[in-house]
Amino acid sequence: MKLSPLEQAMLDGEMGAARQWAVRHQLQVGRMFDAKDMVEVSQAHMMADPESIGVAGVALFEAFAALPETERRVHIPMITDPRGVDLSYYQPLGQTEEMADLERRFVAACLKLGILLTDTCINYQTIMPPVQGENVAYGDTGVVIYSNSVCGARSNFEGGPSALAAGLTGRTPRYGLHLDQHRQATCRFVIRQQPEGLTDGGVLGAVIGRKAGSYWEVPVIEGVERVPNSDEIKHMGAAMASYGSTPLFHIVGITPECQTLSDVSGDKLRSKEVTKSDIDELRRPFGAKGEKVDVVVFAAPQLSLVEMQQVANLCRGKTIHSGTDLLVCTPPSVYVDAERMGLVDMIETFGAKVLQGTCFYQQYAREIGEANGWKRLLSNSTKIVNILGGYGYQPALASMEDCIASAVAGEII
Amino acid sequence: MEEELKCHVGIGGVVEGEALVANDNFSARYDLDRIKGVFSRPTHALAGQSYKDKILVFNTAKGGVASAWMLHEMTARGIAPKAILFNAANTILAQGAALAGMAMCDRFADGDVTTLISTGDFVTVYPEQGRVVVKRKGI
Repeated sequence: MKLSPLEQAMLDGEMGAARQWAVRHQLQVGRMFDAKDMVEVSQAHMMADPESIGVAGVALFEAFAALPETERRVHIPMITDPRGVDLSYYQPLGQTEEMADLERRFVAACLKLGILLTDTCINYQTIMPPVQGENVAYGDTGVVIYSNSVCGARSNFEGGPSALAAGLTGRTPRYGLHLDQHRQATCRFVIRQQPEGLTDGGVLGAVIGRKAGSYWEVPVIEGVERVPNSDEIKHMGAAMASYGSTPLFHIVGITPECQTLSDVSGDKLRSKEVTKSDIDELRRPFGAKGEKVDVVVFAAPQLSLVEMQQVANLCRGKTIHSGTDLLVCTPPSVYVDAERMGLVDMIETFGAKVLQGTCFYQQYAREIGEANGWKRLLSNSTKIVNILGGYGYQPALASMEDCIASAVAGEII
Repeated sequence: MEEELKCHVGIGGVVEGEALVANDNFSARYDLDRIKGVFSRPTHALAGQSYKDKILVFNTAKGGVASAWMLHEMTARGIAPKAILFNAANTILAQGAALAGMAMCDRFADGDVTTLISTGDFVTVYPEQGRVVVKRKGI
């Protein structure tokens, strides 16, 4: 890879051990993906919950935090994905002091690096959405697919280590979605059934993600008749990325790089239909009507202020069943607004709990499931029901309305 | 009998070990019980099997970014595969391998790596050279 004089200086250790580590990391990754050089990025977004990074990961951050200030501080605005522990509410969930301590150590190290602890996977709704053509280094697959597809920004999936490296150097290897050729459509889908609401959007995204099947495929979708709102398209993208490792999609006439099919070379591809049976087949494992529900979860992605209001309205005047718990995950910035507007109070009066800055599957889902006896989990997130099968849950999927009604009944309606 | 497979230049150092192969995809977050060191997702082709010290062979990577940290975390605790081979890696797994110092290669010249290598084969991975040597089980 060709390095600029600044990048070479970082590699030579002239700007400290953290930036040297970062460039070395980027060279390894860049070589695997045939990057010829680096591209400057304007923001980094890092996924790094303590369950994933573990003791070894926290130690890495602490080693960097111990460096002199000029050597340790990130070079560009750098923000964080949800945390693993809401430090204002972890014991009642069955999270341990050990987990909380790891979280505290990580937070302290991040602050010394100059990282903004936004603790959100919906930064494109709450912090600073990227602009079309802007190169960024984002983590969280849901953030990346939304930013690429809906905003027209340019980012690969930057896992935590690479987002950290990008934050420290202000650049990332130029490969994948930073290049025009990887943003062209590689597979073409036509939908006949219009998605209505968040869960439908998620299921459609999941079907397309599963059919697309790899990081290097870019689906283009035809037949979407109504412009989805930001929450609908975030559920669709998050599920597509979750089921397919898909980082970018286009919707003809809706997303910015695809006003017409030929803009993304979709006219050269043979189209496949997304059928009702595709949709039914995806939903089938997540049925379970009539079964007792242990926990209802609204998360993955975290809830926007609009979703918080929708949940609050559904909770109004009702009470949760004594055998069921309900958790709502939202970013700290949304929490403050929702609290100010009385939405948190409405949700918690119902008997639910609103968590700040976490996301359910990133907060030791296995351990808190075992501690609380949660087995049957219900959510409106197609992404989360995909993930939690590996964590010992029996996940089921329903709309937000049916999730609340099930929480009242204590069983899946 | 040894057979040599060519692939794209990968990440990490030379390693050898027994292959565990599935025509399935991989995510450290979705598929593993990392404490026990086994595949825990009931629908995964390797459900219940141990991955410790294996050379894992899959079609592609899937799902979230957590795997990038998790390979490092697993390696630090000594309950990790020695290498992962894919038909097509994604960026996350490559980034994770770089942090963990785990060997990883993809894009095999002779076709589908999940059919080129079988479970139980003894495999040596040379990521820098883009080369994998396979000694067939029982031969």
